[in-house]
Amino acid sequence: MDITKFTLIETIRGLKEKQFSQEELKNAYLSRINTLNPKLNIFLVIKKNNTGIPAGIKDVILTKGIKTTAGSKILSNYIPPYNATAVEKLLNQGISIIGKTNCDEFAMGGSGENSAYQPTKNPWDLTKVTGGSSSGSAACVAADLAVFALGSDTGGSIRQPSSLCGVIGLKPTYGRVSRYGLIAMASSLDQIGPITKSVEDAALVLEWISGPDLYDSNCPNEKFTMQPSRLKAGIKGLKIGIPKEYFGKGLDSKVKEVVERAIKKLEELGGKIVEVSLPNSKYALAAYYIIVSSEVSSNMARFDGIRFGSNRGNFGAEVKRRIMLGTFALSAGFWDEYYSKAAKVRTLIKQDFEKAFEKADVIVGPVSPTTAWDLGDKVGDPLKMYLADIYTISANLAGIPGLSVPCGFSEGLPVGLQILGKEWNEGIVLKVGYAYEQATKRQLKKPDLKF
Amino acid sequence: MNNYEPVIGLEVHVELNTNSKMFCKCSADYFGKEPNTHTCSVCLGLPGALPYINNKAIDYCLKIGLVLNCQIAQKSLFERKNYFYPDLPKGYQISQYRWPLCINGWIEVEGKEGIKRIRINRVHQEEDTGKMTHSNNETLVDFNRSGVPLVEIVTEPDFTDVAEIRDYAKKLQQCFRYLGVSNADMERGDMRLEANVSIRVKGEKLPNYRVELKNINSFRFMVSAVEYEIKRQIKEIEAGRIINQETRGWNEDKKCSYLQRSKEKAHDYRYFPEPDLPELIIDRNRIEGIKKSLPELPWEKGRRFEQAGVKKADARILSEDKGLAEFFENTLKHGQKYQVINAQDIANYIINKKVDINLILPTQIIEEIRDKKVGVITDLGNLQKMAKKALIENPESVNDYKKGKVAAMQVLIGAVMRLSGGKADAEKTKEILKKLL
Repeated sequence: MDITKFTLIETIRGLKEKQFSQEELKNAYLSRINTLNPKLNIFLVIKKNNTGIPAGIKDVILTKGIKTTAGSKILSNYIPPYNATAVEKLLNQGISIIGKTNCDEFAMGGSGENSAYQPTKNPWDLTKVTGGSSSGSAACVAADLAVFALGSDTGGSIRQPSSLCGVIGLKPTYGRVSRYGLIAMASSLDQIGPITKSVEDAALVLEWISGPDLYDSNCPNEKFTMQPSRLKAGIKGLKIGIPKEYFGKGLDSKVKEVVERAIKKLEELGGKIVEVSLPNSKYALAAYYIIVSSEVSSNMARFDGIRFGSNRGNFGAEVKRRIMLGTFALSAGFWDEYYSKAAKVRTLIKQDFEKAFEKADVIVGPVSPTTAWDLGDKVGDPLKMYLADIYTISANLAGIPGLSVPCGFSEGLPVGLQILGKEWNEGIVLKVGYAYEQATKRQLKKPDLKF
Repeated sequence: MNNYEPVIGLEVHVELNTNSKMFCKCSADYFGKEPNTHTCSVCLGLPGALPYINNKAIDYCLKIGLVLNCQIAQKSLFERKNYFYPDLPKGYQISQYRWPLCINGWIEVEGKEGIKRIRINRVHQEEDTGKMTHSNNETLVDFNRSGVPLVEIVTEPDFTDVAEIRDYAKKLQQCFRYLGVSNADMERGDMRLEANVSIRVKGEKLPNYRVELKNINSFRFMVSAVEYEIKRQIKEIEAGRIINQETRGWNEDKKCSYLQRSKEKAHDYRYFPEPDLPELIIDRNRIEGIKKSLPELPWEKGRRFEQAGVKKADARILSEDKGLAEFFENTLKHGQKYQVINAQDIANYIINKKVDINLILPTQIIEEIRDKKVGVITDLGNLQKMAKKALIENPESVNDYKKGKVAAMQVLIGAVMRLSGGKADAEKTKEILKKLL
C-alpha cells in the first residue's frame, strides 16, 4: 500500500480507520519528497516537523513564520508575520503545510519558468514545462508529493498547470475564497483555489477555504457547501454549452480530438450538447493584459527596495515587462484608450457569458491549446507564452468558476477538460467534473517516476 | 493693477477623528504616540494585506459634503493614486479621483465684495501617509499616521481676494468642529490648506497656468503667501514674462514664496479604480439619517442670534465655538423671565467679561445682569427707612399682621416696593419688616 497515492478523502478515511498514523503519513510523503524533489524542483521550503495531512502551498500565499518568496529574489528572505485566511482555515482542519511550492515570480507566467528559483519539471516528462504559474502546486499533486495543494489563478494559473500535469484544478468564483494573505498580482482577477487528486477532494477543500472574511472586502459571500449526494447526482439533462470560439485556429489538433472525445462522453452520460457563442473572446487577451499589467504596476510598487531589502533590479524580466506595460497604460492621456477600453471589453465578456448561460448550464472546452511544451521553448517570446492562456483568461475577466479535469493524453502528455459555470455556481461545475471523472477512471494514470 | 484679478481655488485636507484608521482597525490617534506602535499589515502595506472600509469615516465625509450643499454621488469608487515616497508604504495612496463621494456643492463666504457663493467641486475620502522626521543625516519614518482617514475639499477657482479665503477657511474649521468630525487644528496638521493662484485680466477667461501654494501650516501664513503671490504674478505679467505652472512654498522669515517643484517634475499619478474595494453604494436612508443628525451650523446659529437682537459682530463671535454658542443660548433662555434683559445684554456680558463657561452658570449671569439693570436696593439703612414709613402709612395691615394674618406681610412688602419704585430687595425687606413688627 502506497499511501501517497490516496486522495484527500481516502487519506482522511485511512487516518480515521487507523490504516496508518499521522506519523506514517508524514514520513511516506517526506521520503518521497526526499527522492523526487531534487529532480522536479517543486518545493522551495520543506517543513519536516509539521503533522497533519500534508498540503503544498503556493509560494505567493503567506504562511506565518515560513519563508514566502513569491518565486522572487525580491522576497528571498521574507518571513510573513501572519497566515493567509485560506491557510488559517486549512490549519483549523488539521492540514499541515508540508512545503511551499515553486511558482512563476509573483504568479506572472504560464510555464513556471519565470521563477527566480529555477523551473519546476513536469512529472510526466522532465524535459517539459508544468505550465504555470502554480507550477509546483500542480506538479506536487501529480507526483504525489502532497495530498493536495493550494494554487492561485489570475488568468489560468490553477487550471492550466493542472491540465498540463494531469490533476484536478479549480478556480472558484472571484470572491469565494478570501485573498487576504495572497500576495497580489492582479487584485481584481486573483483567486485562490485547490489542486487535487479527485473532484470530490476539490469540493471538500473549497468547502474548507471558502466563506466570508472581514479582511477581504470583496469576499462577503457565504461558504461553499455541497452534499456528496448532490455532487454525485449525475448530469442527465444538463445542458453542456460548447463555445465555437474555443475550437478554432491555434488549438492543437490532437488536443482538440481528446477534448471532443470528452464532450462525447458527457453526451453519453446524459448531457445535452448545445452550441453557444462567446463572440468577444477574441478581445479577451488584449483586455486581460492591459488590466493585469495596470494592476501589477501598482501592486509591485511596495517592493521599492526600502522595506523589503531587495533592490528593484532583482525583479525578473516578466515582472519588469508588466510593470512597464501597466505604467504606460495608466499614464495620463492613455486612460481612455487602454484601461477604460479594457474595462469595457471586460463587461462585454461578462455579458457574453451571461447570455451563454441562458442556453447552457455549463460551458465546456479545452483548458490549454497544447499539451506541455519543451522547457525553454517559449521563454524568448512573451506573446506566444500569453497565447497559452487564451481559453482560461475569460473566466477570470468574468469572475466565474472554472475546473480543469484530466480527460486523456496526447503523445503521452495529459490533456485537461475545462468546465465553466455561472458565478457562485461551483456546485454544477464540480458535478459535471465528478460525473466525467467517475466514468473515465481508467484513464486516471499516474506519471512514471521511478528514477 | 486694477486691470488684473486673482483667480484662486482652495484645497483643504482635514484629518478625521475616528477611533480607527480608514482601512484597518489600528487606532487613528497618532499624535504624540511612540512611533510605529499603531500599525498592522494593512497600514504598513505588507504583502497580502487588503484594505477594508471604515464606515464611520464615510459617514463623516458625507456629513461634510452635506453641510457644503453637495450632491452625494450615485456611483463612487476608491481609486489608487500611484507615486513613490518613503512615507507611502504601498506605493499608492487610496484616494478618489474620477468618482468622488460628494460633488457640486457651495458655501457662502464674506469678502471685500460682500457675501458670495464659492462652488465646491468635490469632497472626497482618502487616507493619510506616514510621517517623516529628518535629523542628523538620517530620515525616520513613523507609520502611526499611515492610513488615518483624510477628507479633501476642493473648490472651484472662485476666490478673488484673501478676505474670502480667510472667511472660507475659518468657516470650514468651525464646521468640522461643530460636526465633531475633526479637531481641525492647523498646527497639529489636522487641517491643511493649499491654494491654486493665478492672475487674469478682468473679465477674461481662466488663465492657462496655476501656481500651487503648498505645505503652509497656518491661516496667517497662507493669507500672506497668497497676497505675496498675487503681487509677484502681476509683476511678472506686467514685465511681459510668462508664469510657469509650479508648486511654491512660503518662507515666513523672508516673507516670500519660493519654488518647490516645477511643471516638468509634476507627477502623473496613474489613477485607476482600487480593485481591492467594492463600489461605494450609499443608500437613501443613510443619507437621510445623516441629514437628520446634522447640527445647526455656526453661521445659521449666528444669523439666529442676530434675529434675537445681537449685533452682527457679536453674533459671529458667539457662534464660532459650539460650546460657547450653546452656553449663550442657555443663558438667553434663562434671561427670558426678565423683560429688562435683552440678548445684547447677555452677549455684552459674555464677550466683555470673557467668561469661562466652565466656571459660571447661566443663571448666575442672568442674576448679575438683572441686579445691575434693575438697580436693586440692598442697602439696609435705606430699606429700614422705607420700611418704617410703610408701617406708619399702613396701620391696619400692621394690626392684621399682629392678629396673626400672615398675608398682611405681603401688603407691607408691596408698600415698600412702591416707595422704592420697585427696586427694593424683597427678601431683605421682609426680614427688616419682621424685625420692626
